[in-house]
Amino acid sequence: MADRPHDDAKLGDNRPKLSLHVPEPKFRPGDAVDFSHIQVPEAGAQPRPDETTKPEDMLDFAHGLIRVLGEDNKAHGPWDPKLDPETLRTMLGHMAMTRAFDERMFRGQRQGKTSFYMKCTGEEATSVSASMALAADDMVFPSYRQQGILIQRGYPMIEMINQIYSNRGDKLKGRQLPIMYSSKEHSFFTISGNLATQTPQAVGWAMASAIKGDSRIAATWVGEGSTAEGDFHSACLFATVYNAPVILNVVNNQWAISSFSGFAGAERATFAARGVGYGIASLRVDGNDPLACYEAEQWAANRARANAGPTLIEFFSYRAEGHSTSDDPSGYRSAQERDEWPLGDPVMRLKNHLIEIGEWDEERQEKMDLEAAEYVKKTTKEAEENGILGHGLHHPFRTMFEDVFEELPWHLKEQAQQAIHERETKFPEGLPNGGKGA
Amino acid sequence: MSETATKPAPKTEEGTERRLNMIEAINDALDVSMGRDENIVIMGEDVGYFGGVFRCTAGLQQKYGKTRVFDTPISECGIIAAAVGMGAYGLRPVPEIQFADYIYPGLDQLISEAARLRYRSAAEYTAPITVRSPFGGGIFGGQTHSQSPEAIFAHVSGLKTVIPATPYDAKGLLISAIEDNDPVIFFEPKRIYNGPFSGYYDKPVEPWKRFDASVVPEGHYKIPLGKARYATEGDELTILAYGTMVHVVEAVCREKGVEADIVDLRTIVPVDIETIEESVKKTGCCLIVHEATRTAGFGAELSALVTERCFYHLEAPVERVTGFDTPYPHSLEWAYFPGPIRIGEALDKILSE
Ligand SMILES: Cc1ncc(C[n+]2csc(CCOP(=O)(O)OP(=O)(O)O)c2C)c(N)n1
Repeated sequence: MADRPHDDAKLGDNRPKLSLHVPEPKFRPGDAVDFSHIQVPEAGAQPRPDETTKPEDMLDFAHGLIRVLGEDNKAHGPWDPKLDPETLRTMLGHMAMTRAFDERMFRGQRQGKTSFYMKCTGEEATSVSASMALAADDMVFPSYRQQGILIQRGYPMIEMINQIYSNRGDKLKGRQLPIMYSSKEHSFFTISGNLATQTPQAVGWAMASAIKGDSRIAATWVGEGSTAEGDFHSACLFATVYNAPVILNVVNNQWAISSFSGFAGAERATFAARGVGYGIASLRVDGNDPLACYEAEQWAANRARANAGPTLIEFFSYRAEGHSTSDDPSGYRSAQERDEWPLGDPVMRLKNHLIEIGEWDEERQEKMDLEAAEYVKKTTKEAEENGILGHGLHHPFRTMFEDVFEELPWHLKEQAQQAIHERETKFPEGLPNGGKGA
Repeated sequence: MSETATKPAPKTEEGTERRLNMIEAINDALDVSMGRDENIVIMGEDVGYFGGVFRCTAGLQQKYGKTRVFDTPISECGIIAAAVGMGAYGLRPVPEIQFADYIYPGLDQLISEAARLRYRSAAEYTAPITVRSPFGGGIFGGQTHSQSPEAIFAHVSGLKTVIPATPYDAKGLLISAIEDNDPVIFFEPKRIYNGPFSGYYDKPVEPWKRFDASVVPEGHYKIPLGKARYATEGDELTILAYGTMVHVVEAVCREKGVEADIVDLRTIVPVDIETIEESVKKTGCCLIVHEATRTAGFGAELSALVTERCFYHLEAPVERVTGFDTPYPHSLEWAYFPGPIRIGEALDKILSE
C-alpha cells in the first residue's frame, strides 16, 4: 500500500469510479434497424496500388472499403477485374448453386436426414469469387462456412452430401460432423471444429511451399469472431516474420453465433486494421461485391506469388441466416437487419450487373436457379441411396478404429474386437437394412 | 521374450567406440536424419543460430541452412501449428518446445489438430511431426522447468509419446520418431542429458561416457517405437519406469541387493504390453515409478493394465512411487522427488508381502 498516493480511503473517494464497458449491438429483436452509421464509399473510389507496395504505404486500405459494383450495377474503378461475361456467368452459377445447396441441406436437416447444417447465405462471394482468383492447386484452409470453394473447385456434390449424411459413401467414414469436409485432391484442407486453428496451419503450409521453392500459395478463411483466438495472432505473426506466401481472409459477417462483432473488437478497429500492426498488407473489401472480392484475392495472390508477403483481407459482409440449424437468430438480433443491410445481396448484385451489361436476363436467371435446384435435388436422391444418418448404412464398425494411427496398436485392436463382438451380440442374424457389421 | 525388448546397447571397450552424452546423441540423430531426408525441418525458440538452450541443435543451421533450421517467435501455438501445416504440405517437421512446462500453449494444436488430422480426414492429411521437448525435474528448475506432463499426452488418441533413458536409445528412438508417420511427442529427461542419475543429488554426476549405453554408433539406426527394454533382469519383482527414474531405481536396487526386472518402457503410447505382461507374470510383483504427480498419472494406467492382465499372477498389490500431487517446488525439490527412500520403502513393502 505504501506506493499509493493517498492512503486515506476518504481521499480516494474523490477519484471517479471506474466502469466496465460491455459492448452491446445496436439492434435487438423488435428494434427498427438503421445502418446509416456504416460508411459505404462510392464504388471505384479506391485506387489500386501495386501488389508489391509496402504495408506502411497502404494504411488507408485497412480502414476504407474496396468496392467495384455501384448502385448503378456497373463496375467502377481500378479494382474492376474486367472479367469476361462467360467468367462472370460461371461465378454467378457457382454462387447460385451454393445457395441452392444450402437451401436443400438445411431442409434435409429439418427432415431428420442429418444432425446438423450451416448455411453461408449472403456470404457466397467471399468464398466463390475469392477462390476463383486462386489457382486450383493453391491450398485453402477454410472454416466451415466456405462450401462455395468446393463447389467452385468442382468437388463432386454427391461427396458433400454423403459427408453430411455420414452414410456409407462418406469418404470421411462417418467420423466427422456434417460439413467438416476434406479433399486433398481439391487442395482443400480438412475442416476442424476448433476455431481458428487452420489459420497458423495455413501459414505453416505457405512457409513449407517457400522452403521448397514451390510456386503454390496458401489461403485461409476465418470468421471475425474467431479472430479473437490466440491462433489468429500466431498466424499473423508467423506470416509476417517469415514473409509467408499466404492470404488471411477474415469474413466479417457481423455475428459470431449470438455475439456481435463488438466482442471481437470491432467497436474500436476494423479487422483489416489488425494486419497493419503486424506489418501485413491489409485490405478491407465489400464482401457482398463479387467483383471486389475476386480482385482483392487476386491482388493478394499476386503479392504472395511475387514473394512480396502475406495479405490480410477483411470481407465486410452479413450473416443473413442463423448461425446453424441449431440456432435461432430471432432470439438476439432484429429480423430487419438482413433487409436493411446496406451492401445488399451478392447474388443479386452480380445478376444485376450481368443484366446491366447486356449479358444476362431474368429468364436465364430463373432457368439457372431452377436447374441448380434440380441438380441438387437429383444429387441428394443419389446420395440418399447410400443412406442417411442413423439408418444403418454406415461404414463397418472396425473402421472407427482405423486412422487413429497409421497402424492399429494393440489396444485399438482389442477395442475393435470388442465393438465387433457387441455388434454381433446385438444383431445375431446380421444387420438390419443390409448394413455391414464388422 | 521379444528380441527388441532385450537388445542391449553394443558393448565395447572404453575409448575404442564413440561415446556420446544424451545431448550429443540427440544432435547426432537430428544430423543423420536431416542428411537423409531433405523434408526434415527443425524450428523452435533459440534452436537456429544459437543451437538451442541445451545445445541439442548446435551446428545444424550452419550445416543445413537457415530454411531448414530456424528460430521462431516465442509462440508454442504458432510453432506446433506451423509444423502441422508443413506436415500437411509434405515436410517432416521436428519442432522443439524449449521446456515441456511450456508445451501447454500448443496443446490445442497438438490435441485437436496434430493428433486428429489423420482420423478426421480419413488419412488424406497426416501430421508426421516430432515435437522434442526437455522434460522432468531434478535440476532445481522449480515449477516451470521440471514438469513431467506425459500423462496428458497419453490420454490423447492419435499421439505417440516417447521418453528415452540413454544416449544410445535417444538417438535410435528419435530417428524412429522422426521417420514415423504419426505425431510423436519426444520428451528428453534433461536431468540425464549429461549422465545417469542415481537419485543422490548431493553426489556428482557420473558422465555418460563411463557407461556402455553411451556408445552411439555412427550413422543411421532405429529403435522401434512401442518396444520396452530390460534395463536389468531379475526374478524378485518388476519395476516399470522410464526416463530419469530408470536410473534411480537401478541405483536403489543395486544398493539394496534387489534383483528386479527393470523395464524401461521407452514408449508410453503405445506401451509395450507384451513385455510388461511377460515380466510381471514371471515375477508376480510390480512397482511403478514416475516423477510426474500421482493422481491420474501414467502410473494409474500401468497399474490398471497390470491388475487387469496379470491379476492371478500377482503376489502383492501393485505399488506406485511418484511425485506428490503438488506443483513442482523449488527449494523442496528433493522432498518432492521420488527418490531412494520412497522407492526403497515401496520395495520393502512389496517384497515383504
Ligand atoms: C475453440 C472454439 N471455441 C468455440 C467454438 C464454438 N463455436 C462454433 S462457431 C462459433 C462462432 C464463430 O463465429 P465467427 O468466427 O464469427 O464465424 P461465423 O460463424 O460467423 O462464420 C463458436 C463460438 C468452437 N467451435 N471452437
